[in-house]
Amino acid sequence: MERIAIIGIGMTKIEANKKGDTFADMAWEAVNKALNDAGMTIDDVDNVITTSNDFWDGRTISCMAVGDASGVRNKNASCVEGDGAFGAFYGLSRILSGSYGTTLVTAHSKGSESVSSLITNAAFDPIYERALGLDMITACAMQANSYMHRTGTRPEHLAMVSVKNHGNAFHNPMAQLPMKITIDDVLQSEMVADPLHKLDCSPVSDGCCAVILASESRAQKYGGRPVWVKGVSFCSDSYFLGDRDLAIPRSLKAAGQKAYSMAGITEPSREIHVAEVYDAFSYQELMWIEGLGLCEEGRSKDLMEKDAFHLKGTLPVNPSGGLLSGHPVIAGGLIRIAEAVRQLRGEAGDYQVDGATRAMAHGINGLCGQSHCVWILDSAK
Amino acid sequence: MGKKRVAVVGTGQTFHKSHRPDVNGQELINEAVRRALEDSDLKIADIDAIVIGNMDHFEGINYVDCWSVDGSGGFMKPIIKLTTGGTTGSTLAMAGYHIVASGLFEKVLIVGWEKNSESDTTGAITTAFDPVWDRLVFAGAISGLAVEAQAYMAKYGATDRDAARVSVRDRKHACNNPHAQLRKEVTIEEVLMSPMLADPIHLLDVCPRTDGACAVIMASEDVAEKICAVPDWIWGTANRHVYSYLGDVNWGELDSMFHASQELFSKAGIKEPRKEIDVIELYQPYSFAGIIWIEDMGIAERGKGAEYIWSGATDMEGELPINPSGGVIACNPIGATALIRCAEAALQVMGKADARQVADVKVAVSTGFGGCMWTDMLLHGREKPDY
Repeated sequence: MERIAIIGIGMTKIEANKKGDTFADMAWEAVNKALNDAGMTIDDVDNVITTSNDFWDGRTISCMAVGDASGVRNKNASCVEGDGAFGAFYGLSRILSGSYGTTLVTAHSKGSESVSSLITNAAFDPIYERALGLDMITACAMQANSYMHRTGTRPEHLAMVSVKNHGNAFHNPMAQLPMKITIDDVLQSEMVADPLHKLDCSPVSDGCCAVILASESRAQKYGGRPVWVKGVSFCSDSYFLGDRDLAIPRSLKAAGQKAYSMAGITEPSREIHVAEVYDAFSYQELMWIEGLGLCEEGRSKDLMEKDAFHLKGTLPVNPSGGLLSGHPVIAGGLIRIAEAVRQLRGEAGDYQVDGATRAMAHGINGLCGQSHCVWILDSAK
Repeated sequence: MGKKRVAVVGTGQTFHKSHRPDVNGQELINEAVRRALEDSDLKIADIDAIVIGNMDHFEGINYVDCWSVDGSGGFMKPIIKLTTGGTTGSTLAMAGYHIVASGLFEKVLIVGWEKNSESDTTGAITTAFDPVWDRLVFAGAISGLAVEAQAYMAKYGATDRDAARVSVRDRKHACNNPHAQLRKEVTIEEVLMSPMLADPIHLLDVCPRTDGACAVIMASEDVAEKICAVPDWIWGTANRHVYSYLGDVNWGELDSMFHASQELFSKAGIKEPRKEIDVIELYQPYSFAGIIWIEDMGIAERGKGAEYIWSGATDMEGELPINPSGGVIACNPIGATALIRCAEAALQVMGKADARQVADVKVAVSTGFGGCMWTDMLLHGREKPDY
């Protein structure tokens, strides 16, 4: 792939309820932070991709609300619906197409203004499934059970993910829920949908993230610190839950393998130094780690017991605290990318992974990880 | 990898109708996808990625990219969704262009669809506007358009009779298009006598609601000519999503069309669009736009749009036929509508437009309109671009 860099990142603090901010206010903050970070002005941005979802925003043409604030006025612009990692993919392809030198990508959500259960219930087929009353949490609980049954993973292992990520969040000033908790705290928290306790689930969050991509010739023009894109791929599994083996993330494996092959990675568990994966629920982190080939099938629980995924472990996962510590839905994957950039620049402060030069970031669309987008980033060109 | 030239190599449209109770959404999508694959003599296994879009609140289905997989053929493929309102279809076409041009994918299937019969269209569109500043004033799509028409009429003295002439043209053209939903000629008097919906817009000035889907296959220059003897080359894309608030709009002129067309034509070296373009598929949701927006595109001088329309220049046998398909006034499955413009422009360039074919089309323009007076544009050509 032609060389493309991420040259700017900006995000709002992730909070439970940004009462004072509209969608546009959040976008304005994230975009200006990203421009400052990159050493650019909005005039240096050739085109803009915003990422949003009409259901989560309660607005038709939800991108319209953030256009002004994202600086689209005199530019080519478009809008991806779904996770921000997919929005960033489209932003990248518009540079690779030779049409633009720089792309500003944003993604936002205000969970505080949404009813998650109704919105995710609307993702189920209106004829065959919706009346069952399933939503994201209950569907993912089925997936968790299915994964735990296949691998012998126990609720304690899920709880370890929550303890680790909420602990990591203590070092991240942007995180919503830094918490010092124990495995027992997780297991004793309210049972939301068996086997998922409240502390196995990500919170309701508000936030926006902005990322600026650039072609090789523009990447070093503005004095920022470019991080280079080595691979990106996405893939969708079948739709109906009954058509999938929920315990095996088939499309994640395919997306990961493609991204690794673009990046020339043959042993991901050794060659990836830090991973920001989409941990909307605790079990997902364990499951995605395996799907991404970062450890052997069914082994994440064992490695979790050995603290392998901790900040000082052999393969730190979600050192930022992950989505369990703050989950503005549509921005989730873009925040993972921004956090990976932070790590590769060595700017992650107290959650810096020592010597990280290659990182993986991950975003999801749909129910139970139907569609995955995988990014491989490198500090070297 | 790097910049690749891109061409449309196949198109497919459903049987568009006001209500398609015989199919669900996935089946409607599948109907268009199968026709596009058949048209390009490809199999779904040949497709490297899928771009899909609609307007969520018209069917009330969230994460349509995921839900539609059984219809689109996206199983274990990369699939991405884009939505920008009325411009959705052209936004999809532009996305297809960029991801093929990027060199990441060789053959991409683009799908736009809508089952408008399942929705309260006006209710859904109203939520697009800012809840504090715009929503209480501008309900749905038609109110903003009526403001535009009034502003233009006040400025240039055009009348609803001028607009009716546009409606007569498109509805006549639609009779040649087997895919058009409304195929019935009307007279100027009939348009003017039809019920007033939002002054000065009469019922017969405006688009219907349609169930339908459109699929377009784009391929890179490495394979386009192997798939299709006369591919439709995409010469360029440009768009402007200028406004977030309707209150900010420069009413009476379509700023987004002006700036997008200037950019697009200068990219392709087009200096006299009226002479150099052979046919336009204009996303024209109501008749007045057929007068106003061609001025912004540089086809007619400011205030002279109506005169140009009355001259017959934009009729089938005129110097620059507009909407040989019958356009949006005859058929409007919203998420597909702008992609149908792209598909129809491609058919014209490929010489496959049958009864609605304009003779010897070398250059075509397709557009999308939506959001807050936004414009998307694609330039199509028979020659492979040399840039």
